Amino acid sequence: MMHVRVKLFATLRIGREKDKVYEIKDGAKAIDVIDMLNINKDDVKILLINGQDADFYEELKDGDVVSIFPPVGGG
Amino acid sequence: MFGYRGKILRVNLTTGEIKKEILDMELAKKYIGGRGLATKLYYDEVGANVEPFDENNKLLIVTGPLTGTAAPTGGRYMVVTKSPLTGTIACSNSGGFFGAELKSAGYDVIIIEGKAKSPVYISIEDDSVEIKDASHLWGRVVSETTDELKKVSKEKAKVLCIGPAGEKLSKIAAVINDYDRAAGRSGVGAVMGSKNLKAIVVKGTGKVDIHDEDNLKQVVQDCIKKIRDNGVTGQGLPTYGTAVLVNIINENGVFPTNNFKEAYFEKADNISGETMTDKYLVRKNPCYRCPIACGRWVKIEPLNMEAGGPEYETLWAFGADCGVDDIQAIFVANHLCNEYGLDTISAGATIAAAMELYEKGLIKDDEIEGTPLKFGNKDAIIEWTKKMGLREGLGDKLAEGSYRLCKMYGAPELSMSVKKQELPAYDPRAIQGHGLEYATSNRGGCHVRGYMISPEILSLPEKLDRHSLENKAEWVKIFQDLTAVIDSLGLCLFTSFALGAEDYAKLLNAACGFDYDKDSILEAGDRIYTLERMFNLEAGIDPSEDTLPKRLLEEPIPEGPSKGHVNRLSELLPKYYEVRGWDEKGVPTKEKLQKLGL
Repeated sequence: MMHVRVKLFATLRIGREKDKVYEIKDGAKAIDVIDMLNINKDDVKILLINGQDADFYEELKDGDVVSIFPPVGGG
Repeated sequence: MFGYRGKILRVNLTTGEIKKEILDMELAKKYIGGRGLATKLYYDEVGANVEPFDENNKLLIVTGPLTGTAAPTGGRYMVVTKSPLTGTIACSNSGGFFGAELKSAGYDVIIIEGKAKSPVYISIEDDSVEIKDASHLWGRVVSETTDELKKVSKEKAKVLCIGPAGEKLSKIAAVINDYDRAAGRSGVGAVMGSKNLKAIVVKGTGKVDIHDEDNLKQVVQDCIKKIRDNGVTGQGLPTYGTAVLVNIINENGVFPTNNFKEAYFEKADNISGETMTDKYLVRKNPCYRCPIACGRWVKIEPLNMEAGGPEYETLWAFGADCGVDDIQAIFVANHLCNEYGLDTISAGATIAAAMELYEKGLIKDDEIEGTPLKFGNKDAIIEWTKKMGLREGLGDKLAEGSYRLCKMYGAPELSMSVKKQELPAYDPRAIQGHGLEYATSNRGGCHVRGYMISPEILSLPEKLDRHSLENKAEWVKIFQDLTAVIDSLGLCLFTSFALGAEDYAKLLNAACGFDYDKDSILEAGDRIYTLERMFNLEAGIDPSEDTLPKRLLEEPIPEGPSKGHVNRLSELLPKYYEVRGWDEKGVPTKEKLQKLGL
């Protein structure tokens, strides 16, 4: 098992913790975390792992920070 | 006459003469309107070498052909003159309702010349235009001025004015309309103040004639649907305002903190759009005919009032850039900027520069009669905004903007500015294309004229790798050209998250009976952009100023998700000049000028 910190923003915070560390199985991918939190793939517009753009199928490592944003943003 | 009203209102404050002139339609079509038309008119009439506060300088207030029509967000206008801050062409854009009212009154452009002997305001009621005494208003803040003028004018008149900062010629003074919408950048408020012009009040009862009403109606419907269906314009901005960007930019590790010393702010969530919406949002505050409604109306607890809330740039400038994580303090600072008439980006960034000067011992304790200029001090951002707006004590120096302030203390490299205009809220060390925009913007440090954040961070219209240099020069040119078009049409830049060049061409053609297409409208944008460049070169702005502060070129981001990066401008700039059709020195070639009809 490993631990990742998941930060959710904007409307994804509704009904969910905005900043929490989760225990997940080794070799889990970003999409596994998204599914675990009942987030619709279409509701994910910006996905960052440790501040870098990532895709859904990237494997996570222990201690990673995953930041997820819905389609929003501009100014 | 379709789209345009066909009239220029010329007011000479020295002689008191008021003239109405016919707008040259050939010129209007070629430069579209707004930013393009005003730059052309200004360049032809005034040239590039007048001193900004000289009586011979002119101030242009200009709408676009789509201002005041059914086009979504069709309420924008521009303030154009020579900038006292940068010495470049100043072209400041604002929303709200003033622009549409001016069109309704029957004018595309107001040209203000000369200087009044004592404070005046201009009153416009359709054909009736008068210069009136404003000595009882001089010294008063924006809300009081606006209230007073609305009382003595026709019901629902709209007011544009300056606050004490513009009166006192602060180089970062803004023009404010409708209480809290700002033509903020480049010190345009100071030029207005230098003419002893306190305000312009306008009431109009006319309407804009449209070339093809049915066609426009259809195109507008299509555009509104695209705007509603888009995540940014249909969801993010309406729900959270531009403040939605705080967490996005911070999570990418490009949220400039403590005067760009760092780029990640631990407490960013405290000053975010989410926090604003959850705790303090009263309602949305939309501009004329806007389906996006990004404006915010918030509860300002320390002042026990409700008023216009801060934009993303403001939350950054008074927040992370000063190390402050108290959102209510930022609400107050923002409100003070609206009242004194200051550009929030330049004001906050200048305080941040002052904080670093103080930290390095260059500004001494005995100079500060007031709250210490320390990073993280929430009282400092309020007190020093006030002192800047009124030019009190050390605030007098801050009112000159960060570049001149830092130069006074022998450390100009601590001003995070380009061409002396303060950089906005994105660290270009880890957003390569955006750094190129900062370096090449025709009005100095500006994000909005070539908003590369859109592709490099928000994946709109497509995702670009922010660390890569590939195709960035081409992308920056396209964004800059398209933005010049939007600024000339009288629409809001935020429509570009959802609309493309074809949409803008369709709107313009339906309203005015023109035959622009995607390519020719972008070419018009290139024409306008290049004209601004020629102006700046003639004004003595050397291409060597197409650069970034040393810190951003040489000092890697120290911590956070974008640790280790610097901006690699020198690798991009030659390509940019090439893509623009300029020579290797950054000067538009004769062939390019000919091709654009300049």
